[in-house]
Amino acid sequence: MESIGVLMTCPPNFPYLVEELEKRFTLYKLQNAPDKTHFINSHKNSIRAVVGNAGFGADAELIDQLPKLEIVSSFSVGLDKVDLPKCKEKRIRVTNTPDVLTNDVADLAIGLMLAVLRRLCESDRYVRSGKWKKGDYKLTTKFTGKSVGIIGLGRIGMAIATRAEAFSCPISYYARTEKPDVKYRYYPSVIELAANCQILVVACALTEETHHIVNREVMNALGPKGVLINIGRGPHVDEPELVSALLEGRLGGAGLDVFEDEPNVPEPLFGLENVVLLPHVGSGTVETRKAMADLVVGNLEAHFFKKPLLTPVV
Amino acid sequence: MASTDPQESVQELSPLPKVLVPKIPPSFCIIGEEPFTSTKFQYLKAYESPLPLDQFLATHAHSVKAILSTASAPVTADLLQLLPAVRLVVTTSAGLNQIDLPECRRRGIAVANVATVYSADVADLAVGLLIDVLRKISASNRYVKQGNWPTRGDYPLGSKLGGKRVGIVGLGNIGYEVAKRLEAFGCCISYNSRKKKPYVSYPFYENVCELAANCDALIICCGLTDQTRHLINKEVLSALGKKGVIVNIGRGPIIDEKEMVRFLMEGKIAGAGLDVFENEPDVAKEFFALDNVVLSPHCAVFTPESVKDLSELVVGNLEAFFSNKPLLSEYVDE
Repeated sequence: MESIGVLMTCPPNFPYLVEELEKRFTLYKLQNAPDKTHFINSHKNSIRAVVGNAGFGADAELIDQLPKLEIVSSFSVGLDKVDLPKCKEKRIRVTNTPDVLTNDVADLAIGLMLAVLRRLCESDRYVRSGKWKKGDYKLTTKFTGKSVGIIGLGRIGMAIATRAEAFSCPISYYARTEKPDVKYRYYPSVIELAANCQILVVACALTEETHHIVNREVMNALGPKGVLINIGRGPHVDEPELVSALLEGRLGGAGLDVFEDEPNVPEPLFGLENVVLLPHVGSGTVETRKAMADLVVGNLEAHFFKKPLLTPVV
Repeated sequence: MASTDPQESVQELSPLPKVLVPKIPPSFCIIGEEPFTSTKFQYLKAYESPLPLDQFLATHAHSVKAILSTASAPVTADLLQLLPAVRLVVTTSAGLNQIDLPECRRRGIAVANVATVYSADVADLAVGLLIDVLRKISASNRYVKQGNWPTRGDYPLGSKLGGKRVGIVGLGNIGYEVAKRLEAFGCCISYNSRKKKPYVSYPFYENVCELAANCDALIICCGLTDQTRHLINKEVLSALGKKGVIVNIGRGPIIDEKEMVRFLMEGKIAGAGLDVFENEPDVAKEFFALDNVVLSPHCAVFTPESVKDLSELVVGNLEAFFSNKPLLSEYVDE
């Protein structure tokens, strides 16, 4: 299969994925090319697959430049960076990495809730700075029993709910439609959900409809004692509004793993002790990234061996 | 000889039973004294008197029926010797290591502990510390806030919590709450305790070393006693191994801290999340250079919710005692 060209549009940072692809295909690393347009042009006739990730996918422009493209295999579960309608139109298959990362992302969501409410990062900083010798750290907020509102009750949303239940948190949610077999309280709008919970977590897919689903009104409804957790995508939240809500105290706190313009994070958030900022590590464990890589490679192999795809979306 | 102690005249006029408070409880400072007061008893606050404790007690000893103990005010045999009327010790601290329990037993003095008032908060902190260490939350938050993400790229990968074998050292109220939470994350729980618990289905290891050898993470949830001092020693840390992680929300002296620091610096264990230390608030400066350690200033119980619940329990216990009713949370050594 070495003659099959695979274009990696994301930075080739994960050695295991790069190695496994190179064993089987001719791998073209777009991020390493000094002149990307020239690079694509030079290899367009051998590129039959694209591997992208949460940050870099396959937009309409790229798809148009690759006449032999048959499949896009994303090293992520989110597909907001892949032009799905275009792929459908051109009969290009698309796969992602669902399920294998569900638990890690849900674990991180709870970790962020605990880190914000119990000020884990700030109190670690307090000890490291030597301040503990001068006095005790202040009170933090209890997590057990706090009401948790989930935007999007898919795999990740459900996994967050079952974990939060172990802390006796009452769960409520917003989704496009109410889920029939679910025991949690449903709210037909995000703003009602935000008004009725103490911790609001974004766990839905990023689409045109969910862009800025957490806006100024939602943040005001969540309120000065409310905490926003985002493990979805940066564009789910109106970021400049988030910054001013936090600076003005209209929102009680935030735990964020994703941002509108990664890796750039609004600097006014750096000094806030009620805010925890993570560099998009939701699925960032050795175990899970390996499982994701195996799915990417497995899907590509399945396609080129004309077997059923493992995790197709298109 | 006229007494210079203003408390004495108050005491003579008041018929309310007296509760000795040797040192100011941290919770009085946090939410004020008012939630801890009652019309059924009165506090004798030794810390408000200009007299040293033994002189203070010489004046008031005969009237003290109960003691409100805190971590910084040990209830020793010597103290009890000065207070022949005491029949109850109520503590505001989760630990009981500052109370001479055998002496209390010998004298027929009941001890009321905090029961489950703190358990959820302490368990939450234990879980938070474990997730933080495995997923590098504090370390990567630091990384982002120092502006390193755009310049230095992605942060190194963490380790998955799901499927990890977690060993709970001490399966009391707190240990049980930790276990219940971690099960929801897909962890496999096993434990070591003084005795096997009859209604618990988690695998029991009689020996902490064996527990450590069979887990990926150890969570210290037991009390500090003579038997548990330096329970986590070189052998246990070796058994835990270089991929192992330790979380301590019990008491600092349960772990041989010097050994733990050495193991961390030599990469012989993978990380630690610590709310307690052997010599608080002094913390070994070797920790500060380590990104795989999360440090917390012994604040597992300090949320307004817990402190409010504590005040209700303290008042409830004292009122029950003074009306000859059963205590709400009598400590009974198993």
